[in-house]
Amino acid sequence: MNIAAAATNENLAEISNYLIYSAMAVYALAFVAHIAEWVFGSRSKVARTAAALSPGREKGREAAEDARDGSEAGADSGAAAAAPAKGAAAGGKASGTSVLERPRPKVVVRSSAGRRGELPDGPGAAAGDEQGDLYGRIAVSLTTLAFLLHSAGVLARSLSVQRAPWGNMYEFSTAFSMVAVGAYLAFLVAKKNVSWIGLPLVTTVLLDLGLAVTVLYTESAQLVPALHSYWLWIHVSLAIVCGALFYLGFVSTALYLFRDRYETKLLDGGTPGGFATSVMERLPSSASLDKFAYRINAAVFPFWTFTIVAGAIWAGDAWGRYWGWDPKEVWSFITWVAYACYLHARATVGWKGRKAAYLALIAFACFLFNYYGVNIFFNGKHSYAGVDG
Amino acid sequence: MRTTDTGSGTGPDTGSDTAAGTGAGGTSGTPATAGAAPEGNAPEGNAPEGIPEETRLAREAESQLSTAPGEEKLNVPSIGAVGWARWFWRQLTSMRVALILLLLLSLAAIPGSVIPQSNVDSLKVENFRKKHDVLSPVYEKLQLFDVYTSVWFSAIYILLFVSLAGCIVPRTWQFVGQLRSRPPRAPRRLERMPAYTTWRTDAAPDEVLGGARRLLAGRRFRVEREGDAVASEKGYLREAGNLLFHIALIVLLLAFAAGQLWKSDGGKLIIKGDGFSNTLTQYDDFKSGSLFDPDDLESFGFSLEDFHATYEESGPQKGTARDYRADVSYWEGADGREKQDSIKVNHPLQIGDSKVFLNGNGYAPVVSVKDGKGNTAFRGPVAFLPQDGNLTSSGVVKVTDYRDAKNRKDQLGFQGFFVPTFGGSGSGTMFSQSPAMRFPVLFLTAYHGDLGLDYGAAQSVYQLDTKRMKQFKKPDGSPLAKKILPGETMKLPNGGGELKFEGVRQWAQFQIVHEVGGGWALGGALAAIGGLAGSLFIQRRRVWVRAVTGADGRTVVEMAGLGRSESARLPEELGDLAYAMQNDAPPVPDEPETEPGSRHVEHDEHAEHEEQGKKDENDEDDKASAEDGAEASPRGERT
Ligand code: HEM
Repeated sequence: MNIAAAATNENLAEISNYLIYSAMAVYALAFVAHIAEWVFGSRSKVARTAAALSPGREKGREAAEDARDGSEAGADSGAAAAAPAKGAAAGGKASGTSVLERPRPKVVVRSSAGRRGELPDGPGAAAGDEQGDLYGRIAVSLTTLAFLLHSAGVLARSLSVQRAPWGNMYEFSTAFSMVAVGAYLAFLVAKKNVSWIGLPLVTTVLLDLGLAVTVLYTESAQLVPALHSYWLWIHVSLAIVCGALFYLGFVSTALYLFRDRYETKLLDGGTPGGFATSVMERLPSSASLDKFAYRINAAVFPFWTFTIVAGAIWAGDAWGRYWGWDPKEVWSFITWVAYACYLHARATVGWKGRKAAYLALIAFACFLFNYYGVNIFFNGKHSYAGVDG
Repeated sequence: MRTTDTGSGTGPDTGSDTAAGTGAGGTSGTPATAGAAPEGNAPEGNAPEGIPEETRLAREAESQLSTAPGEEKLNVPSIGAVGWARWFWRQLTSMRVALILLLLLSLAAIPGSVIPQSNVDSLKVENFRKKHDVLSPVYEKLQLFDVYTSVWFSAIYILLFVSLAGCIVPRTWQFVGQLRSRPPRAPRRLERMPAYTTWRTDAAPDEVLGGARRLLAGRRFRVEREGDAVASEKGYLREAGNLLFHIALIVLLLAFAAGQLWKSDGGKLIIKGDGFSNTLTQYDDFKSGSLFDPDDLESFGFSLEDFHATYEESGPQKGTARDYRADVSYWEGADGREKQDSIKVNHPLQIGDSKVFLNGNGYAPVVSVKDGKGNTAFRGPVAFLPQDGNLTSSGVVKVTDYRDAKNRKDQLGFQGFFVPTFGGSGSGTMFSQSPAMRFPVLFLTAYHGDLGLDYGAAQSVYQLDTKRMKQFKKPDGSPLAKKILPGETMKLPNGGGELKFEGVRQWAQFQIVHEVGGGWALGGALAAIGGLAGSLFIQRRRVWVRAVTGADGRTVVEMAGLGRSESARLPEELGDLAYAMQNDAPPVPDEPETEPGSRHVEHDEHAEHEEQGKKDENDEDDKASAEDGAEASPRGERT
């Protein structure tokens, strides 16, 4: 009986491995499709930021205007143009909700037009090109398929060990990238403008899974007694979700820095190279990227706080002290303080913008180090991760 | 205020952003400055006098959306010691310095994760000291072995918390003030607010405003009617949450500090059948905080009735522990009844403020030693300490009261290993093959002489000091060593008696921790999370409604919204509110098309003189700016 059960479990573990490998293969295809999307994406339509920002802006604005898909009537120049997305969002609702017997009032959104103004977001990788768009859709479909395989793999692993599938670094890594992709797809479903994350995300997911199946791989097995606790579910699953979302924020922040530099260069009358222009023009504006990163980081921060508190409660039960400056605890604390720094920086004059963005990058680096670095380099009480460092 | 979320306000942008902002709407600065600058206290670059009433009102509209302290320039004070003290205090409680202190705190925490810490693992610190004889004294000086209690680490967080307190108190006052005052008056030019909508209706202005009041109050805005407008504000929980969060941090810190200062933490190894009562002398090892008093030890005790361990039976991790359980009976207070409970990993036994944790387990061979006269010199279980995961254990048996065959007083020491599962003689290894007891074997060698128990320093019961002892030899001169199974005996040469391996008992290692303030720390942490959620998920925003009779006798309704940061939700909310208001004040289309732009032909007259004033004011403004566009759409230049 026991042996039969063990055999099923080993079978399941094997199935899990096959599923993860298949997911990797499909992610690789999605990666290729994303590359194709970027390559075939039209370049002709993408220089509107440059047009809007380069000297002779008056004309540029108009050009930018024309380039816009024009969901809003051409009459709204100026303010409406400055916030096309929002204007469209508020106004678009009116036409979309035909069930209502009267139209929704139209809300005019005004932005503080700094020197840079509120730049329109880039059109995305495909930039309106039909072929590029097709590849883009293929990439998203493939990513969805890969995500399903990936999740099935994680589930099979969980069934094989009959516990939460995050007891060691291999399991943590696979769950981590699964959540990141899941969050990305959820944003897409919610019609958020996140398709720009696709390529960097798929790339890192491939790297992460590659590392997981080679370096970090651990046979499926039961946990040491210290990990037998429902806090494992709460604490570790939250840590995974926080990490995955922080990662999306990180990508956004990194792209913000590039895009911001690009915009600054244009403002100062420079001419960025063709490649930079082609890539940067298709990304959302620096303001949008920054806002996205902030929203994610701010939203995740309370959950990260709770992750640490949950860990402390667990430590209190398992080790007789809720806080003992174990390396893992130290680095969780450092990560937490770093994100608090980032949030503070955004509310502090002279620190917002690029400086805050650097803090966000550092904070995420702390998170990563807490995960990989601490498990591998230090051995504290948290070292049952199943890697021989 | 716009720069909060756009993040574009660095470098060359900052200046122009502010300038443009001021020109464009009279809404200058950032939330920090806007919050801190009470009305009339204009940011630099605006002459305080001569700001148009208009701009002043607009600025008032934004004032106090947050209680964040404003940033002050690092201008050096001129007036003596008091001036300096005040300057220093201002710096300390500024956001910038708080930020720097936070950064320092995270940096300062790093060395503690790299260098072994004596309060975490003192053994490692010892090893480190032995290995690095140059570095260690330097580390010692810098308190790098005790980072988290070091002077410099404490200095950072104490400064941080002084800063925090110095920041919270005035902010709380300010917030209470805000709660008691009314929402700021409607700015005259609502169309300059970040979200704006307008329509005309046949309902009378009073009706409209009454409806607006009810609607806004119903949606839990704080509402205030004045003149031709209704002012309202919502989302105070954001600020309250933020204050709660920071206060909770202080509670958390105090609770943690109290916990450290009054903490006691000791270990006790108990062999199955034995007991423990909670007094200082009964502990094997004991640590306590600097304010701990032995009288703080709570009165209780327990004995280990039984111990269960289960191990992985198959698979790659075969033999690793699955579960441990210690069944104990315990009593509490001077005349407490015995109660039964079990202690598992992750499930300590809680008695009052103390917790008893299960930390480890092992085996204690039961031996009896007969001396040269045949009298029992020693009998009992002796705990052996595990050396590896399979519980290969080492230990010693000390016999103090021994006489040899010639009735001479002597002392005996047995030293050796116990393995719960011996691999068999053919296995070529003495190490245990499993932590479970399947083939228990004891390997011993024996000494006689002076155990050294009478000389000063306390001796470990797990180690044998053989300096003044002589090993028993076999007849062939080689050291006496023997493998014995339960029931077997090891005979000492020359009729010197024997040791009998009678059996094995299990032992469990317990940790008894007494910690105060745990509940406060938990409460603080949860309050902090709650506050944080309020502070980060709730938007503070203002909505104004104005209704006046237009030139054609119809009522012109204007609504505007303003939030602390630009968010897509604000325009949506304003749209919802306007939509709801139109139930009572339906818009009147005057042309078949209901484009808002087309309804305002007459309305333009109403705005005309205002338009004039604005032109002057905006002279230096970027001509192509959003400004004119903003007018275009609601004011219907297309018709
Ligand atoms: C123990 C260290 C501290 C931590 C972890 C911390 C954390 C935070 C967090 C997470 C926020 C939310 C930021 C946001 O609303 O976007 C915040 C806001 C704030 N903190 Fe702290 N804080 C700390 C110390 C301080 C100190 C010492 C001060 C006083 C100078 C301070 C003043 C503020 C203010 C004024 C805000 C509101 C910012 C705003 O309205 O946007 N904090 N803090």
